Amino acid sequence: MTRTVKFKIYRYDPDKDAAPYMQDLSVELDPSDRKLLDALVKIKALDDSMSYRRSCREGVCGSDAMNINGKNGLACLTDIDSLAQPITLRPLPGLPVIRDLIVDMTQFFKQYHSIKPYVVNNSPAPEKERLQTPDEREELNGLYECILCACCSTSCPSFWWNPDKFVGPAGLLAAYRFIADTRDEATNERLDNLEDPYRLFRCHTIMNCVDVCPKHLNPTKAIGKIKELMLSRAV
Amino acid sequence: MKVAKRTFDAVIVGAGGAGMRAAVTLAESGLKTAVISKVFPTRSHTVAAQGGVSASLGNSEPDHWTWHMYDTVKGSDWLGDQDAIEFMCKQAPQVVVELEHYGMPFDRTDEGKIYQRPFGGHMSNFGEKPVRRACAAADRTGHAMLHALYQRNVRANTQFFVEWLALDMLRAPDGRVLGVIAMEMETGEITVFQAKATLFATGGAGRIYYSSTNAFINTGDGVGMAARAGIPLEDMEFWQFHPTGVAGAGVLITEGVRGEGGILRNASGERFMERYAPNAKDLASRDVVSRAMVTEINEGRGCGTNKDHVLLDITHLDADVINKRLPGIREISIQFAGTDPIKAPIPVVPTCHYQMGGIPTNYRGEVVANGEPVAGFYAAGECACASVHGANRLGTNSLLDLLVFGKSSGESMIDFIKNEPAAMPEIPQGEIDKALARVNRLNTQTHGADVHETRLAMQRTMQAHAGVFRFKDMLAQGVDKILEIEKQVLQTEIKDKSQVWNTARIEALELENLIEVAKATMISANARTESRGAHVRDDAPDTPEHPNGRDDANWLKHTLWHREGNRLEYKPVNLKPLTVESVALKTRSY
Repeated sequence: MTRTVKFKIYRYDPDKDAAPYMQDLSVELDPSDRKLLDALVKIKALDDSMSYRRSCREGVCGSDAMNINGKNGLACLTDIDSLAQPITLRPLPGLPVIRDLIVDMTQFFKQYHSIKPYVVNNSPAPEKERLQTPDEREELNGLYECILCACCSTSCPSFWWNPDKFVGPAGLLAAYRFIADTRDEATNERLDNLEDPYRLFRCHTIMNCVDVCPKHLNPTKAIGKIKELMLSRAV
Repeated sequence: MKVAKRTFDAVIVGAGGAGMRAAVTLAESGLKTAVISKVFPTRSHTVAAQGGVSASLGNSEPDHWTWHMYDTVKGSDWLGDQDAIEFMCKQAPQVVVELEHYGMPFDRTDEGKIYQRPFGGHMSNFGEKPVRRACAAADRTGHAMLHALYQRNVRANTQFFVEWLALDMLRAPDGRVLGVIAMEMETGEITVFQAKATLFATGGAGRIYYSSTNAFINTGDGVGMAARAGIPLEDMEFWQFHPTGVAGAGVLITEGVRGEGGILRNASGERFMERYAPNAKDLASRDVVSRAMVTEINEGRGCGTNKDHVLLDITHLDADVINKRLPGIREISIQFAGTDPIKAPIPVVPTCHYQMGGIPTNYRGEVVANGEPVAGFYAAGECACASVHGANRLGTNSLLDLLVFGKSSGESMIDFIKNEPAAMPEIPQGEIDKALARVNRLNTQTHGADVHETRLAMQRTMQAHAGVFRFKDMLAQGVDKILEIEKQVLQTEIKDKSQVWNTARIEALELENLIEVAKATMISANARTESRGAHVRDDAPDTPEHPNGRDDANWLKHTLWHREGNRLEYKPVNLKPLTVESVALKTRSY
């Protein structure tokens, strides 16, 4: 049985629109259309100007993050039937809109890059793998799985106010991912890099990041651990 | 139209595993390197690989690269080139260890070494019994690898051009490759990227099929560009159907599930793989398992109301093992099958997964056409055909392929660039105009074909006419249908005429790449009148004279499809490894 689903979607094409507007539309969906992304593909088949990013359609590439009925999430992991209608879709908040549901993520990636997102180890590389116990490796769980979708950072009021100064939950989760890695030798430099009134300390544990993460990660917890390390280093 | 120009030592198209591995080598050597990608690098489809990357590290039990080589040759149904296969299997431990040094969060053994799990077709001692060779980061190996490679590139200051779509490659009159022309998605602006050496690492084109594990972005852009520029495509009839795509959704469930002890069952609960592969059972090669599943379904032993799938059962595994080793699979199953695999089996069907063929290269990553390397042109990863996978790829050899041939092409490019003069040749205006004409047509076309409908027609045709089992008559009809659909593809119309992030235009351009792949596949498959690996047809059945329908006397050779005139030619398989004895021809059974 097909069903009709109602939408309200943010539209803006700087090439032709003087200002953004909300478009009301409804679309016929098949029973096999389960996820919000399935609906967007149907909508795009009817109106090829509907613009959004998408790729893997299984929640690992992080392309199709958007604001869905007021909450950030991935279109490909959101069940259509779990949403109240009209389903309201907006671009991720706090970042400049390029077109429709596509935002400019430059600031988000700039913050990610600012924490030196790579293992720093200047010891001569052994011939084989660097050893790490299963328990040490376990410390990376809940950190390395981040898909850089930006749901967390763009749901964070501190990031909205200071996107140029506050690293934001995604970047800080990554920072802790490298601090927690026994193979990384730059913990002190990483803490120095974050010791600043804004970069780390603008986190006020509002915890929107935890609430929206499609991979069920907990940036607030990682941020707490960085703060603890800073404190224990100071005493 | 005014076209800007940028110059580099090396240009890489594609920022998946192969492109980024090559970029590490090039950028760390100090050469001016650009990587062009239509998505942010960590969104490339390598991210979706799950189960592992193969290397005979022997961390849990004895293993040897010659056993890995034997398995790969056998898996390829002897269509793989044995020099390239030796090179890959011998290099595997080193490139995997390098990746660990880059920061890859592999799972660990109790001794702190890289964790390895069993996988389909991985055997010890030349096919004797399963061996743990797949190096894994839970069931997120591709994600962990792609991020580690991106991170290493951040460290190396690689210059990325993110969300740029390459339109066409540029060649000199003498055939040398001069770079690519590409479009910035955000602005619609077009730029020439001139380079001394150009690498295509653009991934596969699984989106030619209706049901595919592949991402939307897997549209064969590099393969399409190469075909338009007169490069032949090798062995395009060989497509891997992964046994375990989620029924209905197509999302991949890793073979690592069976590696950890998962079992395939039919409607009566029978472990049917025991009948098809008495030795390897559920861990037989992918083509073998996919055919067994389709046979079960065709003979009425499928599951569900429509008897259209089988079940992948891990309910007998410890919940802790599932949560630790297969957490992503549990999530996918809950999300896309509505089933928690701890409590109930997962409904699965064979789903198009991997393109074994591609742009012909040697093991140094140099593109080879007419028996000679094409100056300045390299390809690696799924878009290339080295050929290590032959007629059927072994699980986890894809991630290995990215690392080994990403690295080797990077090194070959460094050698080539060293001997190049500083001044770059003039790019013929005609080359630039050809690409501009394709964009201009889309900007002005009226009364044309709908992109969405045309793509669907192509995907349904490929699915029906060139699937797991192939039929003589269907293949012949398939050729006619695809050539008919091509006419529509060349007359698509988009309503969206914006210059800003025009996804309609991108999809129309991608479809022009997909159709090249579809043509190459259908025409090559129609011509190959034997059964081998993933290409199995009704008029080449299993007989005493031709076990499994394989016909080495006539078909132990690579197909080369030329776009111009849809001409086919063939070249011999290299049965001679670099240093060891050839793996002798044998009937394949598991």
